Amino acid sequence: MEAIKKGTWVSLKKTILQADERAEGIPTDTSAVPLVMWVNGFLENDAALGGEATIHTKMNRVETGILEEVNPTTSVNYGEFVPEILQIGIQARKILYGL
Amino acid sequence: MDYKSVMARKSEILKGSIGIDFTRFESGSVAFDYENMMDSIGYSFEEIQNIQRGLGVGNTPLIELRNITALARKCANQPGFGARIFIKDEAANPSGSFKDRRAATAVYHAKKLGYKGVAAATSGNYGAAVASQAAAQGLGCIIVQECFDSRKIGQPEILEKTRKCEAFGAEVIQMTVGPELFYKFLLILEETGYFSASLYSPFGVAGVETLGTELVQQMREITAREGKPRDPDAVIVTHAGGGNITGTARGLRRENCNAKVIAASVNLKGLHMASDKDFNRKSFTTGHTGFGFPFATWPDRSDMPRSAARPLRYIDRYVLVNQGEVFYMTELLANLEGLERGPAGNTSLCAAFSLAQNMREDEIIVVQETEYTGAGKHIQPQLSFARQNGIEIKFGDPADEIPGQNIILPEHPGKISVREVDLNPMRKSLIRNTLSRVESNLTAEDISFLAAETNRDENFIKEQVRQP
Repeated sequence: MEAIKKGTWVSLKKTILQADERAEGIPTDTSAVPLVMWVNGFLENDAALGGEATIHTKMNRVETGILEEVNPTTSVNYGEFVPEILQIGIQARKILYGL
Repeated sequence: MDYKSVMARKSEILKGSIGIDFTRFESGSVAFDYENMMDSIGYSFEEIQNIQRGLGVGNTPLIELRNITALARKCANQPGFGARIFIKDEAANPSGSFKDRRAATAVYHAKKLGYKGVAAATSGNYGAAVASQAAAQGLGCIIVQECFDSRKIGQPEILEKTRKCEAFGAEVIQMTVGPELFYKFLLILEETGYFSASLYSPFGVAGVETLGTELVQQMREITAREGKPRDPDAVIVTHAGGGNITGTARGLRRENCNAKVIAASVNLKGLHMASDKDFNRKSFTTGHTGFGFPFATWPDRSDMPRSAARPLRYIDRYVLVNQGEVFYMTELLANLEGLERGPAGNTSLCAAFSLAQNMREDEIIVVQETEYTGAGKHIQPQLSFARQNGIEIKFGDPADEIPGQNIILPEHPGKISVREVDLNPMRKSLIRNTLSRVESNLTAEDISFLAAETNRDENFIKEQVRQP
C-alpha cells in the first residue's frame, strides 16, 4: 500500500473506551459498543491507511490512532429533495393572500 | 488515566480550569448563595455589555413578524385575538446564535486569567460561539462533540457545527454517543491546561442578560414611535439547559419588565439521549425535552460545581411543541417573512404562533432568538436525513406525532398547538433530587433557598418535605 507522506492532513480514529469499560447506567445499546473518537491533524511520519499513525493536531497536541482518511472532507449538504416542504409555503400564501 | 480515576478527579480538574472557588458560596447544607455567585463573578452588567459590544456581539434587530401574525389571526378562533409576534434576530451575532453572548464573556475571562486556550464539550451552537470568540480574542480552542452513532453516521446539524468550529480555526474532537465524552474532555483539560468554557458558568449565563434588557428597550422604542412605549406581555424562550431562560429573565427583571416568561421545548418523549440507536432517530439536537426536563429538575447536573442556569426560578409557564410543527414554522418564517433561519431556534416561534392566538390583538409576544442556517442545519437536509433513517414524514395532525417514528407536518397552520407542561411535578422533582443528596434536616436557610429555586413560597417546600 502506498505510504501517506509525513505532514499530510489526515483523520485519525481512536477507541477511547472498550465496550466493557463503559460507564454504568448507560443504555445497553450504547454500552455494547466502544466509545470512539476521531480527530484531524498532520502526520508526524509516513503511514499507511488503516495502520497506526501519530499526528499533531491544530492545537499542537499529539494523538496516536488508526489512519482513516486523507484530507478529510466535510459531508454536509442539503440532502435529497423532500417534496412535502414545497407545499407548506404554497398553502400558507393561499390562506393569507388567496394566491 | 483510566476512566474511573479521571472521573474521580473531576472536581479538582474543573476547579483548576474555571478559576472560581465555589466553596465560598456554599452553606454546607442544601443552600448556596446564588445571587452572590452571580454578583461576584468580577464583571458588572455594564462591563459585560462593553465586552460584547467590543466584539460585535448583541444589539441584534427586533423584527415584527407581520405576516405570521396575520396568519395566526386567521387561525384564531375568536375575533380580536392574535397578539403581535416579534422576533429577536440573534442569528445576526458573529457565529450565528445568541450563544455568542455566553461565549464572549467566558473567553474574555479566560484571557484575563492568562489561559492560552479554551475548551468546551458541546455539539451545539455554543461550540461555534466559543470557537468564534477564541478566534476573535486570540486564544486556542478545542471543541469536543458528540457526533456519530456506532456506524459513524452523524446528524447533519452536528456535522455542520464541526465544519463551522473548524472554519474558526478550532480543533474539533468528534465522538460516538455516550456521556463518557466528558472523560475525554477532562483529559483534554488536563493535557492542555485550557480554560473550561462551560455553558453554565456565572459569566456565561450573565452574558445572556443583555438579550433580555435589549429586547425590552427595543420594544419600548418601537412602541414609542407608534405613540406609547410599552413592554412585551410575554417573552418566549427555547429551553434546553436553562441558561437561555435564566439569563433572559434576569435581563427582563433588570429592566423591571413584568412580561410572562414562557419556556418552549421540542417534545422528544421516549427517545433516550444516551442511546446509540435513538441518536439518529431524533431531528432536534437541542431545545428539546431530553435536556429541558432534567436540567430544570436538577440544574447541578452540568459540568460546573454549581450551575448558573436555574430555570425553575424563572419559568412562569412551560409548553411543548413537536418536531414537525417546528420544521413547518421554519418554512413559514422563510416563505412569509423572508427570514431563512435554523430550525432548532424556531421552537419558541412555533409555540408563540399558537399562544398568540389566545392573546388579544393589542398584546405583544416576543420570540427571543433565531439561529443561523446552512447546509446540514436546515429543514431540507434534516428532514431528508430523518427519511433516510426510516422516519415517516407526512402531513396530518401534529398530535399524532411519535418521536423516533414519524414527523407530522401540520395539515393546516391552525393545527399547530402547544402542549402544557405542569410545572408542579417538576418543582417537586427538584426538591426530591435535592433531598436525596442530604442526610441532615433542612435548615431555615435551605427552605428559603428551595422556595427561590422553585419560585414557590416556603409553605410549598415544607409540604413537600413532610410528604417525601
